[in-house]
Formats: sequence, structure tokens, C-alpha cells
Amino acid sequence: MKQPDRPVGLVGYGVYVPRYRIAGKEIARIWTDGQGGVPVDAKSVPGPDEDTITMSIEAARNALARAALPATALSAVWVGSESHPYSVKPSGTVVAEALGTTPWISAADWEFACKAGSEAMTASMGLVGSGMADYALAIGADTAQGRPGDALEYTASAGAAALLIGPAEQSVAVIEATLSYVTDTPDFFRRADRPYPVHGHRFTGEPAYFHHIRSAATRLLDKLGRTPADYTYAIFHQPNAKFPQSVAKQLGFSNAQIAPGLLSPQIGNTYSAIALAGLCATLDVAQPGDTIFMTTYGSSAGSDAYSIVVTPTLLERRNRAPLMSSYLARQEFVDYAVYVKWRNELVLG
Amino acid sequence: MDLAKHWRQKAARYRLEGQRHRVTGDVRFPAQPAIPGEDTDVWEPFVFSGQGEIYSFAVLRQAATGFEQIGPYPVALVKLVEGPLVSAQLTDCAEADLAIGQPVEMVTRRLKDMGEDGLLVYGYKFRPVLR
Repeated sequence: MKQPDRPVGLVGYGVYVPRYRIAGKEIARIWTDGQGGVPVDAKSVPGPDEDTITMSIEAARNALARAALPATALSAVWVGSESHPYSVKPSGTVVAEALGTTPWISAADWEFACKAGSEAMTASMGLVGSGMADYALAIGADTAQGRPGDALEYTASAGAAALLIGPAEQSVAVIEATLSYVTDTPDFFRRADRPYPVHGHRFTGEPAYFHHIRSAATRLLDKLGRTPADYTYAIFHQPNAKFPQSVAKQLGFSNAQIAPGLLSPQIGNTYSAIALAGLCATLDVAQPGDTIFMTTYGSSAGSDAYSIVVTPTLLERRNRAPLMSSYLARQEFVDYAVYVKWRNELVLG
Repeated sequence: MDLAKHWRQKAARYRLEGQRHRVTGDVRFPAQPAIPGEDTDVWEPFVFSGQGEIYSFAVLRQAATGFEQIGPYPVALVKLVEGPLVSAQLTDCAEADLAIGQPVEMVTRRLKDMGEDGLLVYGYKFRPVLR
């Protein structure tokens, strides 16, 4: 279990979800004649002028607005994603420049499939917790890719979440402790220069998602001497609607505990952003004294678990930026043709 | 590839940074060089709030080269709350939603893709106010 020397927490938080959606049934119409079930009702679709950088910028602006801090107070802008727009050229520099934090800033990109954002979160805890910096911004953002017709196409979606890590005494929620559980378990990967990832079908389940989340979550609970009943809310990584509900049940968390942060049925899997966005959505409804347990998951493979306590400061900062519900409410559905045009899946010659 | 051209415009494009006159408090966008006889530092950098309203707008149905992916798309003159009039694309909106006087806010979006071996150019657009 890792705990910083200097207590840290979330000084601000912010989310972003694109306005556009495609229904699971619309994708099924193209590939399965509309037959069979779909893993989520709908997924968010990035607009044609959106990518990981633009979504990170808006989520980060929301986090800064909640903290009411000048951008120059930040010491790091770290962007976790598996869909950075460039292979070589940091997303973090563009985001930092847009926020107005440059040039005296650390900026970098992180990659660990769907837990790249929580890697940046843990690193930010270390940076602030060691006293090297007062504020660090950890972002998880993705415009996830799914091969046309593949199971992933139903869920791979787009969104961003930004967590502004700072001293615990200034925080809307204190991060008590974290730990990570990592192995080389090749359940999902994308080779360099390939457009779409491949996955191990059922292998992505028990030895990958479930084993890693259970391992990290159980150990953190044990180390803290807690049980699921000690937490008001919980968030688990959401590759679809079913997995987070199953792992919650296996661990002993109830549907009510995970409800506020369960976003995948409405917007799909926003990869690096989904667990962090679930945390933000939970903070949108939490009350001082509430406790939140979060476990992320990144394929091939690892999980980061966190124990978080909400402070009274949350109430004064919550409405300084749009809530997750504002982004969920503005949904505009597109058909499959518009979707493939915007996703650059047409060969224009 | 015009790398330097885009680099020079990043402050204005990414975060709507213009200038404010240190003495009169006047603001202007985009930033301009000092005129002959003027102190070179009398205009200081000023980041606009990004809030404004649609002064006028039109919808481009035959998109210009390089913008086919996003067409049809609206462009507008946006009157910023601080005063200046800015021309920009509108995004995240349907044509039926648009009206003169409608409140809009700045977002940073991808303006143009300069090709597989070129830059992705980012900059300001405006959208109907969220919330």
C-alpha cells in the first residue's frame, strides 16, 4: 500500500464527453442484421474536430475552474491515453499551452491501455505527496478505436476526465492510499502503426479484468482493515455494462454503491477516462464524509486501487464547472454512415 | 509546412489570448504589433473569457478544401463580452439551434489536419453555452 508523506487529495476535477452518440442497435443493424444483444445501449462518438487533446483541454479547464486556481499554479500536466493524436509529439504540451501553464511545467504522456489516466494520478500523488510540487494535473482521455464489426466497436468510445491533485487540506476529496497490481497478461493490445487493437475474447475476462481488479481491490481493503460496507460508493473500470457490475458483486459491493459512477451503459468505454469519469460523476452527487473506493484496469494488464474520503470543500466547488449530467444530457445520435465518416474509416483516395 | 506560422499563433488560437492596453484598459483581438511611436510594451497579453454571443452567422454547405470531413458547418462573427468581434467556426450545434444574439462559449478544437506528415492544427471555435 502506498501513502504519500504529505497527505494529498483532489483539489479539483472535471470531465468531458462529446455531444454525439451512436446506438448499439445501429451498429448491430450494419453487422448482425440487428440480431442479438448489445453490450451497451449507446456510446459517445467524438465530433469531427475532437480528439484526445481537445477533450483533455476541456476536462482540464473544468478541473481548474473547480479548484479556482490559476493555470500557472500547476507543476505537471500529464495525459494518459492510448489514442494520443501523434505517435511522437506530446499531447501534454498542447494541453499545457491551451491552459496557459507553459513554460515552467512538466508535461508528458502516459500509456497503459485503459489505466493510463490512473497511472498519471498515482504519479501526481507522488509528486505532490513528496513535496516536490503543490499541484499536478492527471488526465485520462481517449477516442478509442474499434475494428468495424468487432465486438469492441460497440463500446470503444470517447471522453476525458481530469483530476487536479493537491494538498489534502485544500481538497474536495482526500486520497487515503493506493496500490497497484500488474502482470504481463496479454488480453488486449495494439501493435505499433496498426489502426485497431486486438483482444483475446473471453481471455479478457477472468484472468485479465476480474483477476487484476479483485487482486488490487482486495489487498487495499485488507491493508486498510476495511470491507466494502465501509464505503458509500465504488467505481470499477467499465469495458462494458456487465463487467463492473459482476466484479462489484464478486467483491461484495452493491449495485447502489456503483450506480452514480456507472457510465458505460450510456456512453460506452471511454478507456483511460472511464473510471476517472466515474469518480467525477460520483463526486457530483457525494456528500462530505462519504467514502469512495475506486479500482481501475488497464489491459495487458494492471489495476490501481484508491481509497478516497469526501471533504466539506466539495459542496462549494462542485457547481463551478459542468457536472457529468450536463454532458450526458446533450446527446445527439448519429447513424453509422456519419460515424464512419467522422472516424476516418472511409478511403477518400 | 508552415510550422512557424502555426506556432506563432498558438496563444491566440489555443486560449484566445489577445492584448489589453496597460493605460486605457482597452482590449483587442488578435494581438497586433505596436505602432510607430507607441511603447512596445504598452499592450500586455490578455486572455479573453471565451464568453460571447452570435453577432451573425452562415452555414457552409460546400466545405472548403480540407474541411470536407466536418461539412456542412456554421461560421460566425462572435461578439466577445469584452468587446472584440471574432470570426470563427461554430461547433456542437445544429443549424436550427442557431440565432443572432445566442450566447456561445469558446472551446479548443482541431481546426485542420495538414495531412499524414503534417501538423494537426488546434484552435478556438465557439459552441452554444453548455449547462
